[in-house]
Amino acid sequence: MKKHIIAVLVQNKSGVMARVASLFSRRGYNIDSIAVCATEDPEVSRMTIVARADDDILEQITKQLNKLIEVIKVSDITNDPLVDRELALIKVGATPTNRADIIQIVDIFRAHIVDVNPRSVTVEVTGDEGKMEAIIQMLRPYGIKEIVRTGKIAMVRGGVENNN
Amino acid sequence: MTGAEAVIESLKREGVDVIFGYPGGAVLPIYDVLYRAEIRHILTRHEQGAAHAADGYARVTGKVGVCIATSGPGATNLVTGLANAYMDSIPVVALTGQVSTTLVGRDSFQEADITGITMPITKHNYLVKQASDIPRVMKEAFHIARTGRPGPVLVDLPKDITTHELDFSYPETVDLPGYKPTYEGNYRQVKLAVEAISEAQRPVFYAGGGVISSGAFDELLTLAEKCRIPVTTTLMGMGCFPGTHPLYLGMLGMHGTAYANYAVTHCDLLIALGARFDDRVTGVIEKFAPKAKIIHIDIDPAEIGKNVRVDIPIVGDVRSVLASINQQIEPREDGGWLEEIERWKTAYPLQYEACNGTVKPQYVVEQLCELTGGDAIITTEVGQNQMWAAQFYTFTKPRSFVSSGGLGTMGYGFPAAVGAQVGRPDKLVIAVSGDGSFQMNIQELGTVAAYNLPVKVVILNNGYLGMVRQWQELFFHRRYYQVDMAVGPDFAKVAEAYGIKGMTIRDYQHVRSGLEEALAHPGPVVVNVMVDREENVFPMVPAGKAIDDMIGLEGGS
Repeated sequence: MKKHIIAVLVQNKSGVMARVASLFSRRGYNIDSIAVCATEDPEVSRMTIVARADDDILEQITKQLNKLIEVIKVSDITNDPLVDRELALIKVGATPTNRADIIQIVDIFRAHIVDVNPRSVTVEVTGDEGKMEAIIQMLRPYGIKEIVRTGKIAMVRGGVENNN
Repeated sequence: MTGAEAVIESLKREGVDVIFGYPGGAVLPIYDVLYRAEIRHILTRHEQGAAHAADGYARVTGKVGVCIATSGPGATNLVTGLANAYMDSIPVVALTGQVSTTLVGRDSFQEADITGITMPITKHNYLVKQASDIPRVMKEAFHIARTGRPGPVLVDLPKDITTHELDFSYPETVDLPGYKPTYEGNYRQVKLAVEAISEAQRPVFYAGGGVISSGAFDELLTLAEKCRIPVTTTLMGMGCFPGTHPLYLGMLGMHGTAYANYAVTHCDLLIALGARFDDRVTGVIEKFAPKAKIIHIDIDPAEIGKNVRVDIPIVGDVRSVLASINQQIEPREDGGWLEEIERWKTAYPLQYEACNGTVKPQYVVEQLCELTGGDAIITTEVGQNQMWAAQFYTFTKPRSFVSSGGLGTMGYGFPAAVGAQVGRPDKLVIAVSGDGSFQMNIQELGTVAAYNLPVKVVILNNGYLGMVRQWQELFFHRRYYQVDMAVGPDFAKVAEAYGIKGMTIRDYQHVRSGLEEALAHPGPVVVNVMVDREENVFPMVPAGKAIDDMIGLEGGS
């Protein structure tokens, strides 16, 4: 099943997130990630949902989302030219002997170290999914203690938002 | 004005003159306003009864039905009724009390998260957080309930909100940027439909509840006659086309007529109107209308393409789209398709064995139809009684058949009859019931008695959960288990205990005279008809089969 990025504009009201999430679960659709926050208009929020679905299911997801009263607009932006980013915090086991190696990896990925203590470092990294997977793979040998990821946010490129 | 006063004032602005409900702590401020208001309140004996009554009221009047219950258990008792209205797209507004905002989220006495609970079974719902929101929320609730694809909307009202003061001003319009139903069909799609209908050799209308909710009775009749197209209806569509019309095929699907199922299987054009290709209609989906091009007209875009591939989708109001088609289409002659259907009609009529010692339940329904001239409002419970009512009563008008289609709610029919009778005091309302279903909301006898609602309950009593028994007979080698209800109450005596006329009919020779007596009685009546215990509903499409693969075609058992 193909991975889709769905941008959903919703009215910024309490319970909207629950409505969207419950719609996915009760209709049997799986969410890979969901990221949500207010937009430039404080009354409107934008959700970026990543879901795996074939075309028929995706059509149903889109239509069912549109049926929610508080959903203003639903766009599948998977095939649009877009900028997508994710942020991750990765806590890696580090000793005085290998800390320099870790810092080198962090530099290569243009990530940052945001916390250090005698037994670990915490790395902050932003990028697309490929970059996330790559740095995680590089850091894994040192012992990853914890990962927190935001899920993907995405925006269509260009001067005017084109959400077909 | 207080929040409670604002709620009632909003109801008045929406033209509500009756509500069905049950009081309790959290709604006391609202009831205190109702005490003075000119809105009729029908006190049911259970909140579920109130929800079904509001639903039944909505189905027969076309207006929004309103029910009210207190917080916690009052609200949760509405749940089945809301799910029922949601599945059948019935406009209902449910008002629930909630614990005060200061107590919300603390597991307070009679607290339940009813907006969370009803999220998947309402079209929309609201938890009102400040009194000043009440006019807007009420306006939106009614707007959402009755427009587009209708459905239930719940408004949860914390007790303190209903006592707070506000400046009341009822909005004239709603501002819902995410809710803009499409009524007019796309011009090009309509044109494609016109072409497809004109070219079809073997077209069939498959008409559902959307024909009734959009009020498309005349438009459908006009188009069917103009183009000589036969019409089959779903359970929800009963009455949307005259049952006496030569082009009528009866109901299709699991217990549909053989000729409707054959017509759909052999048609080259299926025109679905406000119907949703439910599994009880389609049987195994791959073999449903396998040779047909499909036109699907529905106001809900999500229904199109949900279960079947559609060739010509038209999003819009059935009535408006049919009117556009009628304007453009030329009369069409039939090239032998109707004759073919006529042969099926002759070869495979709906039938049953004549009464011989026992009372056949189908006979009871037929007698009801004859005695009322097909002009009564019939509500049903769920199971065999429902299917026999659909098969053997001839419905000629929309909003005359009231039945739980999508959810299949036992216990629906009797409280729905309460709502139907309140909504249509001028009509004869008959609740066709089963002994199992009737016991699920039998307490509403109290409501019928208290308001002297002249509902006629006709129980087809076989002492079984008949439909479950039928499945156990046919698919579980007659291992009858947990379906025998022969030890039941004497329903006539139960009715009498409420001060209602009760009758028992055991002999088929007394069916007609007994029903005549019941229908002539000015008040409510319960007629307990002891019927053939092991009568089956036929024809029947077994689960997982194509709809032309029916058993029991000869009728009888």
